[in-house]
Amino acid sequence: MEFDPMTPIWAQVAGHLRLEMVTGRLQPGEKLPSGRDLALQFAINPNTAARVYQELEAEGLCSTRRGLGTFVTADRARLEAIRLSLAREAAEQFLSRLDKLGLSPGDALRMVGEAAATEDSQHP
Amino acid sequence: MLESREITMKFGPVTALDHVSLKLEPGHIYAMLGPNGSGKTTWMKLATGLLKPAEGEMLWNGAPVGVESRREIAYMSTEPYFYSWMSIRQVGKYYQDFFRDYDPARFDALLARMELDPALKVKNLSSGMMAKLKVAVTLSRRARVWLLDEPFNGIDLIARDAIAQSIIESAGEDRIIVLSSHLVEEMEAIADWAVFIRKGVLVESCDLEEMRQRTSQSMADRYRSIYGAEKEVI
Repeated sequence: MEFDPMTPIWAQVAGHLRLEMVTGRLQPGEKLPSGRDLALQFAINPNTAARVYQELEAEGLCSTRRGLGTFVTADRARLEAIRLSLAREAAEQFLSRLDKLGLSPGDALRMVGEAAATEDSQHP
Repeated sequence: MLESREITMKFGPVTALDHVSLKLEPGHIYAMLGPNGSGKTTWMKLATGLLKPAEGEMLWNGAPVGVESRREIAYMSTEPYFYSWMSIRQVGKYYQDFFRDYDPARFDALLARMELDPALKVKNLSSGMMAKLKVAVTLSRRARVWLLDEPFNGIDLIARDAIAQSIIESAGEDRIIVLSSHLVEEMEAIADWAVFIRKGVLVESCDLEEMRQRTSQSMADRYRSIYGAEKEVI
């Protein structure tokens, strides 16, 4: 994984894992690598890796069981709620970018429709 | 804790370090930064006890560094220091004779990670292989402190990755790792603490993730703003 060195690395790794969890690439209840293995996997400082899990635990996305390790939450409603909040955030960012280009939300919607139609015709 | 208190070091008319006070705590990987000639190597040699300071003191867990601390503080210098006729396996044996904390199994594991054949002779190693061997043999000591001077210099990307992995693997709550380099980008994700030295003076010592959050600056950005257009002393 390539990092943007100008933003905290823990946040970038947490963002990556969060996406894996809410899309089911990491299954509910699945065991996650230990902090040390996470550090090796992403080639990051072990303290940064520990911070990643602290953050995801605070969001209720995973939990650590003493002596057993860290697991993705089995709470599917929680995963779905976070998935939708990430989608909402993406939609708001999209609208704000188009707003900077002088497009109203109505224009933006029309553009999304056109883009979706083009995509459908290319990948029927 | 490894602590330098008001350390000053002079080589003739040149002041290499000027009243440097610094505390390094277990559980961290420090990036010690500065252009060539800023005093990083001198600080490491003082911490190992290879040099004696003109003023101030270097303390390991409260006692001055010396023969005792050298058993727990491992130093990797920039100069190659193996006999050319030795094989990689013999380099390991050589270390075993010198250091009580040397762990042969750890050396074998590190050689495997670095993809180094123990039968190879030192004189036939490329610069990348030599860099990997130096790091492997140094990390094979079950030390409490590892001071690695320029572990990433002059080697290819694959060798750098192998070295980075070995460093991360060696880190621990009771260990201190110090990496000196002017290859700042290599250390962004590995180090969690940065120490900036400029012309023998400690400029800043900071938590990297906290700095990124507070200033939206990378370690490389901070490096540029501290050293600016300064010419490297070669």
